[in-house]
Amino acid sequence: MLTFTFRRLLLAIPTLVLISLIIFLLLDLAPGDPLADQPLSIPPEVRQKMRDALGLDSPAYVRYLLWAKQFFWVEPLVFVDWVAGTSFSEGMQRILSWQFRAPVFDIIIQRLPQTLWVVGLAYVIGVLIALPIGIISAYKQYSWFDQIGTFVSMIGFSVPPFFSGVLMIVFFAIMLPWFPSIYDTTLVVNDFESFGQQIRQMTLPVMVLALQTTAQLSRFMRASMLDNLNHDYVRTARAKGMTEKVVLLVHVLRNSMIPVVTVIALGIPSIFGGAIITEQIFKVNGLGQLLITAIYANDLPMVQTLAFIFAVLIVLCNLIADVLYGLLDPRIRYD
Amino acid sequence: MTDAPMLEPAKADTSGRSQWWDVWDQFKTHKGALFGAAVFLFIVLAVTIGPLLWTIEPTFIDIRARNSGASLAHPFGTDQLGRDILARMMAGGQVSIAVGLTAMLISVLLGTLIGVVAGFFRKLDGLLMGLTDLFLALPLLPLLLVMVMLFRETLSRSFGPEMGTFILIVSAIGVTSWMQTARIVRGEVLALKEREFVLAARSIGTPSRRMILRHILPNVLSPIMVSATLGIATAIITESALSFLGLGFPPDFPTWGRLLFDAIDYLQQYPERVFWPGLAISLTVLSVNYIGDGLRDALDPRIRGR
Repeated sequence: MLTFTFRRLLLAIPTLVLISLIIFLLLDLAPGDPLADQPLSIPPEVRQKMRDALGLDSPAYVRYLLWAKQFFWVEPLVFVDWVAGTSFSEGMQRILSWQFRAPVFDIIIQRLPQTLWVVGLAYVIGVLIALPIGIISAYKQYSWFDQIGTFVSMIGFSVPPFFSGVLMIVFFAIMLPWFPSIYDTTLVVNDFESFGQQIRQMTLPVMVLALQTTAQLSRFMRASMLDNLNHDYVRTARAKGMTEKVVLLVHVLRNSMIPVVTVIALGIPSIFGGAIITEQIFKVNGLGQLLITAIYANDLPMVQTLAFIFAVLIVLCNLIADVLYGLLDPRIRYD
Repeated sequence: MTDAPMLEPAKADTSGRSQWWDVWDQFKTHKGALFGAAVFLFIVLAVTIGPLLWTIEPTFIDIRARNSGASLAHPFGTDQLGRDILARMMAGGQVSIAVGLTAMLISVLLGTLIGVVAGFFRKLDGLLMGLTDLFLALPLLPLLLVMVMLFRETLSRSFGPEMGTFILIVSAIGVTSWMQTARIVRGEVLALKEREFVLAARSIGTPSRRMILRHILPNVLSPIMVSATLGIATAIITESALSFLGLGFPPDFPTWGRLLFDAIDYLQQYPERVFWPGLAISLTVLSVNYIGDGLRDALDPRIRGR
């Protein structure tokens, strides 16, 4: 198992290098000029010096290697410095955002809490709702509960977040003014009232995101439970005189959870991707919104770094899913 | 569109019932799928034949009738420039469905090609599946946004703003959504390769090209058809998402996503304006998903006939 994990980790490195190269080459074709918003009164030779300082005229491979060095060497060092209070990274050039004129990672660290709170909470809630629904739907197959569950998850699949989000705003923010439609990031939670406000402003985006997670996971849980319910060991358990509760929640559930856990792991990066739209609707200034504004503003270092972080998340979660599968199911060993 | 292949009788089998009639019989028993097919057919007819009956131009500006509510002259009302929303919905539907169908075709063609080649030729398997895994690991929505941002100008200049954006969006969606099809097809082809009829065909010296076209492809048609229907749904959603983020079609060229995006600005005053394009997208996707569900059951010979 350990060698397998290690081999997969090694294999992930060339994948990530290739992905970063693809992202870099795509962005390299960008027609925009980062100096386009500078005043026209700047003399041409000064403009040329600015271009040189930004390294815009050096060949593509030099710029790629520089970015790679900054991403894989300088930024981790900065992190080490920040944690341990050392000064390894002093004088080193960090990845700078053209739009904010500040290190990209500082801005990402600012935006991360909002994304983690809203998206992460939505995912947890979605999973917590989906699992019982899936279990009950499978146990009472074709009952009214199952039919409604199927229909609701079909709707969850089909109604895109940019519509469900807007509908939520229309119903719960305009018609019934219960929740705010805009997420206020400046809100400081220090007493009971502001905590309530925080909960209220998180409700709508969390609901939108959780609906999607629930739709996918509950179907998956149901299918996985149904697969296991017909196995011989279930009949054996019943024949031994186990109560239905024990049969269902101990014997069947544990076996059904194996594929579901890997799907949960695989879904984590896609939630970050889906959050781009939801964050845009509710004006949550998290990572997704950061990416969109960076794309609009032609802020290439920011786009490149964010896209690569998303890719790292995907590869990492794939790896975790694979390892989990092997750990949970002794029938599957990769060596 | 999706049930067209089921209605046409198979070419080889002229005596009695063909396989497609069995498929159709099974499909009919799936209530949701039948309902979905009806709804989808209705939407397609509404957006193709509708503009012939409802002859107001979607770009016609009647500024004095702007922001009017539902009336006999404008059943869905008018927008902030006095353009008829019903006409814009139909024009938008044409584009959205055309994008869905074309992007699905590209992604299914690519996926089938890569899946069949990877499954059939052992030498290329590792390389092509590595490519598939690589694509699956790419953050697709961000990359789509970047692609649209980068190439919109260039393509607009050479093909005109509408056609250029169409080509761009369709190919961008197609290129980023073929991986599932490729994986499924490869798996099927790998299983088929072990079967006796393939061995028999090979032993009489069938060349690879004919082997693929005559023996392999017809047998992997069912999973391809299912992923094609589901592909329409994802393509429509992706296009609407791009339009919604303001990186889709130009503003004077309506699609459902664009209409929804434009209606957001008037959410406070006219919340009903958001409703129609959103409902159209959701209904189309829902019906297509149900069709895919029914097709999956209908094309599976183990379920059929029960």
